[in-house]
Amino acid sequence: MEKHKVALESLDPYRIRNDFPIFERKIRGKPLIYFDNAATSQKPKSIIEVEKRFYEETNANIHRAVHTLSYESTVLYEESHKKVANFIGAKNWREIIFTRNATESINLVAYGWGLHNLRKGDEVLITIMEHHSNIVPWQMLRDQKGITLKILDIDDEGRLKLDELPRLISERTKLVSVIHASNVLGTVNPVRHVINEAKKVGALVLVDAAQSIPHIPVNVTELGCDFLVASGHKMLGPTGTGFLYGRYEILNEMEPFLYGGDMIETVTIEKSTWNELPWKYEAGTPNIAGGIGLGAAVDYLNRIGVEKIFKHEREIVGYSLERMSDFPWIELYGPRGNDRVGVVLFNISGVHPHDVAGILDEEGIAVRSGHHCAQPLMRRLGMDIAVRASFYLYNTKEEVDKFVEVLREVRRLF
Amino acid sequence: MEYLLDHYKNPRNYGSLQNPDITHEEGNPSCGDVIRIDLKITDNKVQKVKFTGKGCAISQAAASILTDMIVDKDVDYIKEINKDDMLSALGVTLSPVRYKCGLLALKVLRSGVHGIKNWPGEEE
Ligand SMILES: Cc1ncc(COP(=O)(O)O)c(C=O)c1O
Repeated sequence: MEKHKVALESLDPYRIRNDFPIFERKIRGKPLIYFDNAATSQKPKSIIEVEKRFYEETNANIHRAVHTLSYESTVLYEESHKKVANFIGAKNWREIIFTRNATESINLVAYGWGLHNLRKGDEVLITIMEHHSNIVPWQMLRDQKGITLKILDIDDEGRLKLDELPRLISERTKLVSVIHASNVLGTVNPVRHVINEAKKVGALVLVDAAQSIPHIPVNVTELGCDFLVASGHKMLGPTGTGFLYGRYEILNEMEPFLYGGDMIETVTIEKSTWNELPWKYEAGTPNIAGGIGLGAAVDYLNRIGVEKIFKHEREIVGYSLERMSDFPWIELYGPRGNDRVGVVLFNISGVHPHDVAGILDEEGIAVRSGHHCAQPLMRRLGMDIAVRASFYLYNTKEEVDKFVEVLREVRRLF
Repeated sequence: MEYLLDHYKNPRNYGSLQNPDITHEEGNPSCGDVIRIDLKITDNKVQKVKFTGKGCAISQAAASILTDMIVDKDVDYIKEINKDDMLSALGVTLSPVRYKCGLLALKVLRSGVHGIKNWPGEEE
């Protein structure tokens, strides 16, 4: 990253909003305020158009035929892998495997790598902060292979207890799988440090970047991770898209996850050999239009600049925390520092989170209430469920003001 | 809204019964709402009813409203209360995602008193 950068120009969320058709939508006659970006982002018109144009002008299966449409589709689809590779600083586009979502990407590693490389007594280290998607696949390996699952705890502010790492990482550690930015607390974890510790014992590292890639600049080569997963649909891309980055050598050695069409080189009844990367891991007809849409999402993010997006979100989250901490009846969770993405987790004393979310919805404000697919973390924080507001590039301080106004109304009602 | 919130803040029939003839508890695992209903039945009539529970305002207010509806009623009357009756008794229009909250108490009651697990038209 460049060191001597001139102050970043701010982005103009009002101009950006014009790119998103959904903001023409009214909810019960009220303008939509979308604060559920950690679940999935909204989509710019340009990306919707790219998918539409693909179906109208190019649609054909990839890698299958000599005809023009198939050739063009193949080029577009490969091009999209290249865009994602550039976006995250991967050296080789063949290190990018398109999946349906981050969950599938983690499963690909658990089945393709874990099932064949882990033995009884080996250890996988995760953190208490993980999304269920980065817990359950490793439990599967624990139950099938007899590996041990180790857990890194957090402190009361919601930061990883890094000083406990040396005690948890040993020669037995084969994989460290860690969440980059928390979908619950917004904490951005110092994954670089975790990677360095893991490298000392030769463990591989998977970074769950589902909540970081859309919001902060991430470079896999600088990080030095072995795997990285993300959801395309949380970074302005179509639903049904996600990807896995894996180091070339590892992906080359690993076993496939799904078997069948397009992932093979030759098939005889006795034996099959695998196709080159990344197709070895993209069995069957993929989500071609979606994959091309994901490439367009990367173009859009590059055009705006992820650093600018991060700066904008920090402003919005900072402003929200400032406004919300005016009220003693709002319980705020998560670190207060600057090391967080645009996620605010809170409760209103004496009001059930679903009721808070329900009343916000009455006013056209979309938030999420529940356990946010991170029950172990919620339990660690001493609660069952809470309300989450999560922001993105199109959110404004004006929306935060409206949101706070409705929270006061909730308080008044109850 | 005011009506519903009044039932939430001042629930009717809240508590437990000493020697209930029927006691039944169920929850919505996805959101953690739980309701338990205790009943005393005499001559096929609901003589006393009490509930306890935890969860959102809608699930708890619905239990309060429903228990009020059935005191002194024939147990067969419980079978006749359908989803729409329950939802309209709440006095607010729920969005479909909250139906489960509004219907939990009725589900507990139908299941506890008559062993009915499903809504009409929904198979196991
Ligand atoms: C940190 C984290 N990891 C994994 C996932 C799973 O993503 P997906 O739903 O795309 O599989 C999410 C999404 O909620 C997430 O926030």
